[in-house]
This record gives sequence, structure tokens and C-alpha cells, in this order.
Amino acid sequence: MTRLPIGGRIDRSRPVRFTFNGHVYQGFAGDTLASALLANDVRVVAKSVTYGRPRGVFGTGVEEPNALVQVGPEPMLRATQVELVDGLEATGLNGKGRLTAQPESGRFDKVYAHCEVLVVGGGPTGRTAAHAAAQKGDRVILLDEQANPSLDDFGGLPANARVLLRTTAFGLYEQNLVLAAERRDGGGRLWQIRAREVVLATGAHERPIVFANNDRPGIMLASAVRTYVNRYGVAPGTRAVIFTNNSSTDVVAADLKSAGIVVEAIVDVRAGEAVVDTLAESSPDPPSPLVGEGRGGGSLKSVIIAPLTGGASREVECDLLCVSGGFNPTAHLYSQAQGKLRYDERFACFRPDGKLPNVTVLGAANAEFDFSIQPLWLVPGRDGNWSTHFVDLERDVTVVEMQRAVGAGMRSVEHVKRFTTIGTGSDQGKTSGINEVALVGTLTGQPIGGVGTTTYRPPYVPVSFALMAGRNRSDLFDPIRLTSIHSWHVGHGAVFENVGQWKRPWYFPRHDEDMEAAVLRECRAARENVAVMDASTLGKVDIQGPDALEFLNRMYTNAFDSLKVGSCRYGLMCRADGMVFDDGVVMHLGPDHWLATTTTGGAAAVLDWMEEWLQTEWPDLRVRLTSVTDHWSDVAVVGPRSRDVVRTLFPNLELGPESFPFMAIREGETGGIPVRLHRITFSGELAYELWTPSWYGLALWEAVMAAGEPLGITPYGTEAMHVLRAEKGYVICGQETDGTVTPQDLGMSWIVSKKKAFIGQRSHRRSDTARADRKHLVGLLPIDGEELLPEGAQLVLEQNGPAGVKMVGHVTSSYRSATLGRTFALAMLQSGRERFESTVYAPLNGHVVAATVTEPIFYDKENVRRDS
Amino acid sequence: MLIPCPWCGDREDIEFKYGGAAQIAYPTDPEAADDAAWARYVFVRPNPKGKMAERWVHTAGCRRWFSLVRDTVTHEITPGRPGGKA
Repeated sequence: MTRLPIGGRIDRSRPVRFTFNGHVYQGFAGDTLASALLANDVRVVAKSVTYGRPRGVFGTGVEEPNALVQVGPEPMLRATQVELVDGLEATGLNGKGRLTAQPESGRFDKVYAHCEVLVVGGGPTGRTAAHAAAQKGDRVILLDEQANPSLDDFGGLPANARVLLRTTAFGLYEQNLVLAAERRDGGGRLWQIRAREVVLATGAHERPIVFANNDRPGIMLASAVRTYVNRYGVAPGTRAVIFTNNSSTDVVAADLKSAGIVVEAIVDVRAGEAVVDTLAESSPDPPSPLVGEGRGGGSLKSVIIAPLTGGASREVECDLLCVSGGFNPTAHLYSQAQGKLRYDERFACFRPDGKLPNVTVLGAANAEFDFSIQPLWLVPGRDGNWSTHFVDLERDVTVVEMQRAVGAGMRSVEHVKRFTTIGTGSDQGKTSGINEVALVGTLTGQPIGGVGTTTYRPPYVPVSFALMAGRNRSDLFDPIRLTSIHSWHVGHGAVFENVGQWKRPWYFPRHDEDMEAAVLRECRAARENVAVMDASTLGKVDIQGPDALEFLNRMYTNAFDSLKVGSCRYGLMCRADGMVFDDGVVMHLGPDHWLATTTTGGAAAVLDWMEEWLQTEWPDLRVRLTSVTDHWSDVAVVGPRSRDVVRTLFPNLELGPESFPFMAIREGETGGIPVRLHRITFSGELAYELWTPSWYGLALWEAVMAAGEPLGITPYGTEAMHVLRAEKGYVICGQETDGTVTPQDLGMSWIVSKKKAFIGQRSHRRSDTARADRKHLVGLLPIDGEELLPEGAQLVLEQNGPAGVKMVGHVTSSYRSATLGRTFALAMLQSGRERFESTVYAPLNGHVVAATVTEPIFYDKENVRRDS
Repeated sequence: MLIPCPWCGDREDIEFKYGGAAQIAYPTDPEAADDAAWARYVFVRPNPKGKMAERWVHTAGCRRWFSLVRDTVTHEITPGRPGGKA
């Protein structure tokens, strides 16, 4: 045991049992896994990622590059940051961790907070700053990444100051938004803190010096050794050598002696000496089960010391080498927020320039040091070999890789970083980054300050996806929108599909029906009898005001001047580039009162689009827009016998084709349910859309089902809806169109007014928009009527054309039709309207499907059924 | 990023939708524009490194459009005015 008999901020009354690599060990409450492993003389903790070299504890916190462990499902933790708890089971990484196949079971939440002063870092500097700010009456939040018991002693902090322990600030964004990760039992919290002033009291990280075989277990940062001795009451070795280039290590020897560690030598660059190499213990043979992954193979046995000017070297036996190459201010957050770092010659480090507004950097983070230093970054080996001079311990990158990068012509530290991967490990190069900068300077003959640092980016420490996600998982990932009739659909076995945030019935299988059988049956019912669909998800925009008509005329390609109150009209909208944007039905409800429906997925975008023009270009128009999508439920009663169902519900309404014609609107009531009836069709059949305030939606649906039951009314879903509309050649914006399709491409010139101005009009005369060989909407009938073309399939003109044959179009919709007794498709095809009756080919994986080009309408071209 | 809505005050950027460059005037007579002039209106937008006049809409709030000037490097924002012409 190398636990010291007294000392340390550990609770010796609370022993903690844990296992490492299957061996049972004991530590104390207050230990980290790293301090407990050192207390148990476990020196080899992990194997390095590329070369498989044995590695031991190197630091004490986030900077640790070596002692990587797997704890349960967590594949890559720093042993220096794992709080020791009873029953902890850890294994050292053999290169890489293993992701668990189990879903995350931890509890993660998000917290939002605001304060005047946020202090990052709970050391003496941060505590003083927090105290001063709190005494002024500011709301103060003090973060510290450790479970630092000394903070508990920090009494007298007013109630307006809040201390968060185990909380790491990992991102500083514009306007002082700080993201912080709080570790809690069984999960954590993601803090999003907005602060008027941010105080960075983040301290500094000690950096190593690069020499041959500088990665052996037993080689540690000098300040880390002091921490293990003083804070954890652990002696990380028995015989030590100190290797330093600065006076911060003056206190190390005294600490080592107080812990009973023999100081064999102090190698000081300022005295002209350096460690030039290290030697390792040989592996026990056979490996002793008692030492396990312990002392043995690969850990430090001795160091080779030589004068910097050359000359005779000496070997000194030791099991601990305390290295200090100076200190780097922890300026990651400052740099993330686009603060600049400048090189400080006196302390040989990069420090914040102090110019970032509303951010104050204090203490060691601001390079407020009191040591002297003679910079030394790299010690040549004894034999000219650089392959064990590790610059980045976690990434296993040596000086050889850096020489290769510079030899290939790279000068920028950013390029060298990406070529060598220095600084890209989970430690983000906290012990390697500045050494990389210095070595790029050395290898390219630039001053260090001129090389500059790489850009620091969030997160400062690894942050789990589970923490980022918080509760926004599965059902809470995105809002789910349900119609007022949803419970009926669930109760009747509907299979749902997602349309934007909506859950829509896709089809209603009966008994053992598969999708194809169900859809064919639903389509047949709509064509031959009567069927019903929940169309409540249609977007709806209420439009009111004296200039509403003028507004609609500008927004839509067609005009609404002649549309009487109580009637509706199909409308199409284009973007300024002339491409189709959305479509829907515009209803004239009263003087200065209109309502426009939109596609289900386009509702929000259409409202934004309308508001944009109204507010930014036409603020003089007296028009107000309101989204009423959720206000109305829409029950579409469809089919040749739909009139019978509607008559049962509204016996007093005149329903004949003359008194209630296609595209007319009527008001009615059935069983106390107020209903607005529209003769609108999206199937091509005689059809009625019955609208009622959503409160009545389910009641209306059930009334329709009851009235239709004697006729065998059939509920249908979105798939049958798609088939029915495609048989009629009705396009769906976003399926036939993709932002590159004009109304003319769709063969819908009839809806493009030549008498009034509308958005996109001028673009229809652009040379590219007006050319004759654009892709046109066409129908396709596969020659083999059983062959179903996949949507998205590309079309060519030759069956066995050469490789590189030109693609002339693509399939946009493709279905099996009950009505046609065969498959059919819609497609966008170059010069399509000149190719009717010709054959095109869809090369698929393994075979080619031939199809005849037709008009894009397959059913009731004369609209007899629609108008009946 | 906090965005100053002229009606609701500073709000998180997730409440807003970006509306592209401001100060792109809709041609008073589109039919009189030649192809090049019309194409400039439809397709050409500034993309400066530095200060840029932009339009935003407070989609998840008051739904009002407004303009502001944002530095594309630092995200420093100078509040603009309601409407989008800027």
C-alpha cells in the first residue's frame, strides 16, 4: 500500500470497495478512481490507442490523457474524474472503449438560469470573486467541476449566490451564454446560464516536456504528484526524480519528502540538465496474478540524465518522474467565445488578451504567475530517434508524425493538428496543444507567438449525447399532433404515418389484410360506394380585412375577383422564382372574410410566407391572418353514394347538383353539431368536406359513420387518398414538385392569370423557365401492369443505351390502382407533353422497366363524377 | 444567440426564423425589369463577412417580421425596426 498514514481530504472512516480489471481494491470516500489506483500501487491503467504501450495516471483532472477507463456503459472516462463509490467496476481501456447496446437509462434534465455574475472555477480566485460580487447584491452562480469539499467550508456566501459542484462549464457562447454539465447520481443536468458578466477563474494546466520514452507509467505532471500527496494522502512512488524548467517545482521536493518519497535527483533545465530517456521494468514472466495490471511491465525503472550541451549521461533509478514544462492558462472558454490569446514571453504561455467584453479572466487563467521559467519544449534523444517522443499521449502521436507533417510543407498549426491528429483526443489536447505549437515553431523556424494556437471549440470536456438530449427523447423528441378524431382511428385499428408532426391514419386494415389489400379495398369503396377520411390536418389560414381580395390576388397565381361569398376555388402559389410553392382551396366566407387551406406539411411555411409579404412589402394592405388549422375538424365524405349519407345527416338541405354544386359552401346542423359543408374533392368523386369546430370533430365523425353504416361506409387513410388523387392527376406539392417545378411544367397554365400581377409572375418569362424542353408532368403505364415503379426511379429513353446515358426524368408517384386493375405512375419527364404514347425506361437494380407515357390523368377525364 | 424582437424584447434564436438579407426591394414594376435585373432580385444576395442587414420573423412568438444588423463574425446585433425593408 502506498496510502500515507495521515493527511489528505479523504474520509478514512468510510472505506470504499471497488474492482479494477476484475481485482478487488479498497479506497476511501473522497478518492477518485485514479487516486485509489495509485494508493493500491496500480501503475499500468490502460494501453495506448495506436501502439498499445502501457500507460498510467499522468494528471489529476480533465487534462488526463492516459488513464482512460470503462465504467459500466460509459466507454471512455478519465480515472482522474471518476468519483470512487462503493461497488464501482472499472476496466482500463485497451485502446478503445466499447459502446453499450443498451439504451441510456440515466435521468437527464435541462436547467435554465440567469445571473449577473457567473464565476467558473471554485479555487481561491473564483471564490473571492464570487464573494465580492455576491456582497454587492448581484445574483451569482459559482461553478466548479470537482466535488470540492473545500467549497463546503466557504461560509458566509449570501443567499443570492449559488454554488454548483461537479459542474463543468464546457461552452461559452455569444452574449455570455454558458453551457455546463452537472454530474449527478444516475444522470445529470445540462445548465444553460445567461450571465451579464462571466468571470473565468479556471486556473492553469501544467504541461510536460517532450523527451524519449516520456509516456511510461510513473511519469507524471509535478503538480499532479503534489495533489496526490496533499489532497488524497497517496504516495505515487517511492523514489522520485524531478525534471523541470521552472521554479514552480521548488515546493515539490518538500512535499515528496513529507510523504516519505526519496528524491533521487532534481534535473533542472536552468542548471543545464535534462532527462533524455527513460527505461522500463521488464514484464513479469509469467505475469503475476497478484500484481495484476499493477507495477510490472513497462512502468518506470530509471531515467537517463545528460547535460543539455551534450556530454556524459548518468542513469538514476526511480519509479516516479515529476515533470514540469511550465503552465498553460486554461483559456479554452475565452477562446471559444472568439477571445484572442497572445503569447507571454515571461511565462512562456498563451494568455487571454483581456479584450472580450463582459468576460473577466482572473488568477492563473490570466497568467498571474510567480515563477521563473527557461522554456524547453523538446529534448533530443540519445540516438537521433524521435519515435518515442510522445507529443500527444492520448492520440499516441510522436515527433515523427510532426516531422512528417512539416516535411510535407505544412506550416499552420491547424494543418499539423489535422494531419497528425494532435489535440483531437477526448482530452482535446490539454497537455499536448501548446507543445504542438512550440514544436511547429521549432521545426519551421517560427517564433511561438507567431504560430498561434489552434482554435478552441466547445465542448471543453466530453459531453454525452444523453445529457444534450435530456428529456427530448422518443415521444418527447418532437411535439405530436393528433386530430380530434384520433381516438376513433386508434380504436379501429388504423396504421398511422407521420406527416410533419401529425399522426395520420395511413390505412385501416381489416382482419389479416396487408397494406396493399387494405388500400385497394378502401379505394374501391371511394370509387364505387362511399368512404370517409379525416382531413382535419389540412392547414387553414383565416384571412380578414377590406384588402383581403387584393392580397389573395397577389399571393396566388389565379384571381379570386369573381368568387362569390359561399363558394370556394382551388388556388396555386409560387415563390418569387416562379416555382410552385403550395396549393389549397380558398373559401369566400363573407364580406372581407376568406379562408385558405394549405398542404398538411406546408401550413406553417405558408403562413410565414403570407405574413412576410404582408408585413414587409405590403404593410399598406389592411389584412389580418390567423392560423385556424386546429380550430376545425374536417370529415371528407367521398364516393357516388356520399350524397345519401349527407342527406341522412342534413335532411333539410337542398343537395342536388344545381342547388349545391361543385365548389359551393353551405351551412347546416346535425344532431346539435354545427357543420360547414363544402363540395370539394381530392379524389375526383362526388364528395363533401364537412367542417365543424374541433370540439365536435369526433361527434361528427361518429354521426357520419352511423349514417353511412347501412351503406357500408368505409374509413380510409392517406395511402388510398394518394392513389385516388393520382388517378385523377391531382398533384401534391412537395411530391410532384420539389422547388424546381413551375405551374406550366405541371400542365396547369390554366391557373396562371394573365390579367393580374402575382408573386413569381415575372419569373415565368425567364429564358430558363420559359424553355420548351423542361420536365413536364406526365403519366406512366408500365407495359407490364404488375410492375410497380419505385418512386424516385430515373427515366431514360433507350432500353439498352450506352453507359452514361442521359436521364430525362424521374417517377414522382407510383401506385397499384383498383380502378385501373394495374399499376400506374406520375413522373416529371423532359419535354414530356411531346412524348405521349412513346416508351421510356426505368433502369432498376437488375432489370429495366418499360412504360408508356400518357397524359397525367387516368380516370374520368370529363369530370362527370366530380360534378354529378 | 439573443435576438431583439422589437415587440417582445430579447429572445433566444430558436424562437425565430431567418428571412435573409434586408434591403432587397421588390421591383416596383417586375414586368418592366429585364431578365438580368429580375434575376438579380430573385437570386443575388449579399454574403458579407461583417455587418449585414437581415430580416427575421418571431415565428414562435408575435409572428412579426423585423430587420436588424448582425455582424456575421461576432453575432453582435444592432436592433433594427419593425417591418423588413430596413
